[in-house]
Amino acid sequence: MNTRTEHAPIVHMQDIEKHFGNVIALAGVSFDITPGECHCLLGDNGAGKSTFIKTMSGVHKPTKGRIMFEGSEMSFNSPRDSMEAGIATVYQDLAMIPLMSVTRNFFMGREPTKGSGPFKRFDTDAANEITMAEMKKMGINLRAPDQAVGTLSGGERQTVAIARAVYFGAKVLILDEPTSALGVRQTSNVLATIDRVRKDGIGVVFITHNVRHAMAVGDRFTVLNRGKTLGTAQRGQITPDELQDLMAGGQELATLEGSLGGTI
Amino acid sequence: MPTDAAVDERIKEESFFSRMMKRPELGAIAGVILVTVFFLITADPAMFTLAGFMNFMSPAAQLGILAIGAALLMVGGEFDLSVGSMVAFTGLFFGACVVTFGLPLIIAIPATLIFAACVGAGNGQIVLATGLPSFIVTLAFLFILRGLSLVGLKWATDGSTQLRGVRDAVEGDWLAPIFSGDAFPGFFTMLANAGMIDTFRNGTPKVTGIPVEIIWFVIIALLATYVLQKTPFGNWIFASGGDANAASNSGVPVKRVKLILFMITACCAALVAIITVLDSGSTDARRGFQKEFEAIIAAVIGGCLLTGGYGSAIGAFFGAIIFGMVLIGLTYTDIDQDWYLVFLGGMLLVAVLFNNMIRKRVTGER
Repeated sequence: MNTRTEHAPIVHMQDIEKHFGNVIALAGVSFDITPGECHCLLGDNGAGKSTFIKTMSGVHKPTKGRIMFEGSEMSFNSPRDSMEAGIATVYQDLAMIPLMSVTRNFFMGREPTKGSGPFKRFDTDAANEITMAEMKKMGINLRAPDQAVGTLSGGERQTVAIARAVYFGAKVLILDEPTSALGVRQTSNVLATIDRVRKDGIGVVFITHNVRHAMAVGDRFTVLNRGKTLGTAQRGQITPDELQDLMAGGQELATLEGSLGGTI
Repeated sequence: MPTDAAVDERIKEESFFSRMMKRPELGAIAGVILVTVFFLITADPAMFTLAGFMNFMSPAAQLGILAIGAALLMVGGEFDLSVGSMVAFTGLFFGACVVTFGLPLIIAIPATLIFAACVGAGNGQIVLATGLPSFIVTLAFLFILRGLSLVGLKWATDGSTQLRGVRDAVEGDWLAPIFSGDAFPGFFTMLANAGMIDTFRNGTPKVTGIPVEIIWFVIIALLATYVLQKTPFGNWIFASGGDANAASNSGVPVKRVKLILFMITACCAALVAIITVLDSGSTDARRGFQKEFEAIIAAVIGGCLLTGGYGSAIGAFFGAIIFGMVLIGLTYTDIDQDWYLVFLGGMLLVAVLFNNMIRKRVTGER
């Protein structure tokens, strides 16, 4: 029995179905996330991971099913709604602007101000200070807060995006394949960031198709295949090989693996 | 796992020089210095007297007001090729208000600005609603507005393409000194009496004051810089131009920002129209001809990227001054004035190459 299950889930998605015309993208997916856990959502390309998280973050409305947020039913009409409720999504394309400074990116759309009336202005000093401090907490020492985001590495950009979401009060953080394009060292930085964020009591939904990355930080693992959940496993109840098999749909990969000599 | 990234030994300490190399306005400031040195060597020294300074600053200011509007819009990721025609069109509207309808300036000026804002909003609305490039939509308005100015002028004057009599119509209007003529005449007379500036033989100063457009130019440049650097709206402008999708994912009202920028650009054109119409006492259909290109060139010299998301109002300010200096400066030299056009194209080319280099430095691209 895991102690985390005693917490009430922050978000509980019940039997979510999503149809696009006559294509059934999601055929009844259930998923929940509790404070302070990292729940990995695994699945091969086309399994419905992206559709599912877009439903959770308010981009799509589910065709059927219920979304419970902190115990009451919610219906998100836009990404803005879910953001305001406390669900922050860090997409693969990051919503970062390379030509703008880290600070300007960090506070984009939510600038702190000082003064009032016509003299209300962007409090750049406070913004710079907060950015430096928040990035330091995440283990990144910026050279200067006015450094352009374009000069940061992929892992550092992920970290800025995560730090931004956390600073603005996210309760649930959805990370869409944050490690898929990163090198070894940057990946471990991002995984360390996930661990740090989780310890602050934020629920992390970690989408990946890399079993090793999932195993490194995950508390629970849910596998999606062809728009359905193949089950949820606690940490320690499942081996990486079993996860890999579930993702690929079992037998097919076993035969493939034979011919490839166990290299996947 | 590394939790505290120590100071990265691979990042060199940045020198003051290389920090400055990343500022968007650097190119324009360097250009001003270069052009100044050039004319110090080649031009008649009269160019750098007070009178000469006002001579080249006056056209620089008229272009600069347009260029700053264009720069803001370009940072926001859009173009407006219709600003030149907008000067003629709003000039016609203003002229008609004052002469045909006999309205006082206190009504005519706000009415002209509101009218311009509406036309700008129309421009912007079409761009934003259709998702078409602003380049092509505003190119259409370049012709539409120019044509409407011609037709409208003929209609207002019974067949002429010039509307005269503005000066008589605004005679004695208390608002006129703010939008026409020279500012601070008393101060300049005082300086002349004190022998600090050149005077004619009869004792009146050669320069009777600062042309108002220069004051408007400086105020607008400062205001635009303040908005870009120091307000949330400025951050939204950069974000909208940098990546509209990322910006709206982060909660920036991208469409509203761009719409407002189109309106501001149009209002800048209207202000230039008001000032020049009051100054010359008439309005005609060729007013502001090709100014849209000059304004965009000044903005590009000032460091604006054609792709948006980067640039500065101070840069456009200096870009416009370069224009004024060369346009007027050549008359102080023995050089054929038609070199102006060659210079224009050359400057644009250099500026674009330079901006490209700066952008790569900023983003650390190789």
